[in-house]
Amino acid sequence: MLRLASLLTLFFAAIVPAYAAPVLTVYTYESFTADWGPGPAVKKAFEAKCGCEVRFVSLADGVAILNRLKMEGKNSEADIVLGLDTNLTAEARNTNLFAPHGADISTVTVPNGWSDPNFLPFDFAHFAVIYDSEKIKNPPKSLDELVNGNPAEKIVIQDPRTSTPGLGLLLWMRSVYGDKAPDAWKKLSKRILTVTPGWSEAYGLFTKGEAPMVFSYTTSPAYHMIEEKTDRYQAAAFSEGHYLQIEVAGIMASSKQPALAKDFLKFMISTEFQDIIPTTNWMMPAAKTSAPLPEAFGKLVNPSKSFLFTPEEVASKRKVWTEEWQASMAQ
Amino acid sequence: MASQHGSIGKNWPSAGALLALAVLALIALPALVALGWSSPGMGSTSASLLWRAASFTLLQAVLSTLISVVLGVLLARALSRRQFFGRGFLLRLFALPQGLPALVAVLALVSLYGRAGFISRFWPELPSIYGLNGILLAHVFFNLPYAALLTLIALQQVPREQWRLAQMLGMSERAIFRVIEWPVLQNALPGIAGLIFMLCVTSFTIVLTLGGGPAATTLELAIYQALRFDYDPRLALALAMGQIGLCVLLLSFLAKFRPPFAETARLSLGPERASLSKSGNPVPDMIMIVLSALFILLPILSVILSGLTADFSRLLTERILWRAIATSGGIAFTAALIAVLIAYPLALAAIRLESKGAVKQARIFEAPVELTLLLPPVLLGAGWFLILMPSASSVGYAPVLIVLINAIMALPFVYRSLAGSLRRLVAHEDPLCESLGISGWSRFSLIDWPILKPAFRAAFTFAFLLSFGDFGVIAFFGSDSIVTLPFLIYQRLGSYRTDDAAGIALVLAVFSILMTQAFSAFGRKEHAHD
Amino acid sequence: MIDLEDVQWTTEDFNVRFSLSFPGPGIIGIIGPSGGGKSTLLNIVAGFTDPQSGRVRINGNDVTGFAPSERPVSILFQEHNLFAHLDAAKNAALGLKPDLSLDKAEWREVDAALARLGLQGRETHRPAELSGGERQRVALARILLRKKPILLLDEPFSGLGPRLRRDMLEVVRKLQQDLDLTVLMVSHDPDDLKAIASHAVFVADGTASTPQTIDRFFATPLQPRLADYL
Repeated sequence: MLRLASLLTLFFAAIVPAYAAPVLTVYTYESFTADWGPGPAVKKAFEAKCGCEVRFVSLADGVAILNRLKMEGKNSEADIVLGLDTNLTAEARNTNLFAPHGADISTVTVPNGWSDPNFLPFDFAHFAVIYDSEKIKNPPKSLDELVNGNPAEKIVIQDPRTSTPGLGLLLWMRSVYGDKAPDAWKKLSKRILTVTPGWSEAYGLFTKGEAPMVFSYTTSPAYHMIEEKTDRYQAAAFSEGHYLQIEVAGIMASSKQPALAKDFLKFMISTEFQDIIPTTNWMMPAAKTSAPLPEAFGKLVNPSKSFLFTPEEVASKRKVWTEEWQASMAQ
Repeated sequence: MASQHGSIGKNWPSAGALLALAVLALIALPALVALGWSSPGMGSTSASLLWRAASFTLLQAVLSTLISVVLGVLLARALSRRQFFGRGFLLRLFALPQGLPALVAVLALVSLYGRAGFISRFWPELPSIYGLNGILLAHVFFNLPYAALLTLIALQQVPREQWRLAQMLGMSERAIFRVIEWPVLQNALPGIAGLIFMLCVTSFTIVLTLGGGPAATTLELAIYQALRFDYDPRLALALAMGQIGLCVLLLSFLAKFRPPFAETARLSLGPERASLSKSGNPVPDMIMIVLSALFILLPILSVILSGLTADFSRLLTERILWRAIATSGGIAFTAALIAVLIAYPLALAAIRLESKGAVKQARIFEAPVELTLLLPPVLLGAGWFLILMPSASSVGYAPVLIVLINAIMALPFVYRSLAGSLRRLVAHEDPLCESLGISGWSRFSLIDWPILKPAFRAAFTFAFLLSFGDFGVIAFFGSDSIVTLPFLIYQRLGSYRTDDAAGIALVLAVFSILMTQAFSAFGRKEHAHD
Repeated sequence: MIDLEDVQWTTEDFNVRFSLSFPGPGIIGIIGPSGGGKSTLLNIVAGFTDPQSGRVRINGNDVTGFAPSERPVSILFQEHNLFAHLDAAKNAALGLKPDLSLDKAEWREVDAALARLGLQGRETHRPAELSGGERQRVALARILLRKKPILLLDEPFSGLGPRLRRDMLEVVRKLQQDLDLTVLMVSHDPDDLKAIASHAVFVADGTASTPQTIDRFFATPLQPRLADYL
């Protein structure tokens, strides 16, 4: 009997350590957890200090993450949700699934400041028109120049009904043109080669040379400069200002590891996490990094003005504006 | 000749069919019910936008189907008349386009026909690929080879004697078409056209990417939008049901053109006709074959060529790539097997009923197979998610659901691939087997399997390729334990790594080709002794 | 009169070599084991199979390399002689005009041919509504309309019962006499030959014996191989 007990003890001693550490489940989007994305480095760095295991569940994008949470409700396995953006936070807050993050937000450095009690930024970027400098010598200097420019120089954009950047452009046009946005869309539609369901299709067409312009982020050229050593692809700086995308994370109220989750969010705005972001997620850090950003980031467009609707405005108007867009574009 | 109207009596096939029907219902219906019961109330959607979406859906799907089927018939006739080196290999490659992930195919077509495309460079007057043109082009690329393949299989069921009679009587090509080919096509085309129509109705990435703008809006997009951006599962379900209703209307219209079950040939001596064909001018046929082959193979070649720029010395050492190959292969193999196991008893039951004149009852077994195609995989995934969510961990059941949903999506293809041969089997072997009292397993292993083996092979290959290149449901479950090749492609594209994505697309295409070769070799040896 | 001069046809696993003359007009039976080359012999005469070497002459004319439709030959298969979706009249009419563009007189000719084969009132029936014997009669009506001097029968009645089969053999004999045809009839059954054939040939292992009158052919002592087969 005693022998059996000691055998069992030995057995469990052998297998338990693998399971003993608490598991922190993080819902995020798939390019975050890719081998070259921030995921692996973040996991390693946080696990080294927390004595826990970080488990990523990766979904297509922020919208998919939010839908997943709506389906799962309080039964969700998620402790942390990482990868929503400010266009989604009002809807996310309305699910009542999120707990206050409780972090000190004084170190957060995003344009226009930050005050959300539930969600904490981890990076940001401005939307921008990326152009092929070999094909376009005089890029548009404003959104208005883009709208009224030469219809033979085409741009590929994303569909606001299916993608985040698509929605970004819709909101940008709204910010600049207000109620006149449908007319501006009508003019812009002459320059639009096609409207893709997601960012990947659009960027794929752009790099295949189908159009000299694509809708993307101010940070896109950084990838080409650092990874491909080329400054062929550049962002066009628009005088009106650029629309902002802030990516955030939040803690699930149903989390069984609330303390650990809070630690993770604190870690998220620490230099250790922020150092990883620029060259893996190709976004701007939302807090201090330990060293200056790589040189390429200094060459990026740095908008003087940032547009951002409040999450509540987006939540209430998105549907109307999208249908308006559809009507003016379909003509 | 024994009467076909005798009772089949042995009820194992109908028991099997009922079981298959039950399995199918068990996979699809709970998901739909769950969506219907889900909490957020059904929102509304603009009626005029919906109407516009429905009419564009019909327009592009009808045109795509017409072009694919007409060209498919012309190509199949040309192929049935000519024998040439590499014919078998070419036909096996015909299964490939359906297996390519939509985005990979779109980028390949764009690199040929796009503004900066290879062909546009030599032919600048080429109309723009963005808009209805591009949608039709892509749909014909996907469906023409499929239509041609199925038509060719149907034409090969014309018995050798009749080709010889045609020759002896000195029939003109027109007379051959009227007397021999048209009756065969009349039987096969409604099914083929229906399937292609539904594929075009549910096409998503192609319509959006090549559509040029929201004028090209489809019901599938409205469903996707309702489920995703509005998170309104009930609205999504209602829209999906509307889409199904629309297709049922059209399919029942097509069914009117289907002649009643007629006795078909006992012998299938496939390429017999080609070897007979010494009369007739081969030039138009060869032009048709060469042009179609270029049309189908150039995009595949483009996938391979643009993949060659990838850094394979790194890519091939990535463990995740090999894991993805194994995962994709495993999912596709299992899904194809399940699809064949469900489709076979259903098709057999439907065709037996049809042969006895019970056309309505036959539709009970046939219609569900076709209509599953109209259920967007994400919708099924969402439904099942709602059911399983409170009790289980996503990691555990995700692979099972992915396999099952892939199997369901492949069902209509498998059904079509089996139907032709089953028709012959039922017409000719049933009376004999009945009179000899051969039934059950011995019937299957001695009679059905040897006759159906080529059809099974084709059906399995098709189902395999479809699942192998499928992206649909995997992203939905988002578990890191399941990484497939299409998932990897999208992931790399999503983070600027276009070269990697092209390289993985090449790997996917090459594996698909290898698999078609491997499956076609399976069982060939025995076949040689027949 | 059909002459095969050193006709040779070879595939990977089969090889035939025929050198013989069929006397005609008359009915010549062809008998022999399965896979011995009986059907190949008919195919060579009909033009479905092109021999690699040798000549084929029909009534003195060299037809080697001619398409089947250019030869003075009709053929009746064991099955699939009719097209399932065409009625009896149309199936027969294919023998006059394969595009079915017949004028009134020609349709009357079709009806007459069907009547001659005992198919009055069956003109608008489709093959599925006809018995096995009736189907073969429709096919024979077509052959009648084609008016070709050579008729090839590839085991045409082996699917029929004994009574029907005797009737059909009788029909063939009458056709032969009325139209002065040369008929080559492949059969498994020596009784078929004895019933209507004037001559017979034994085909096995890709070669054919010299045609003999039917009495001599079956006279004792039989050739050893034929005896084996029977």
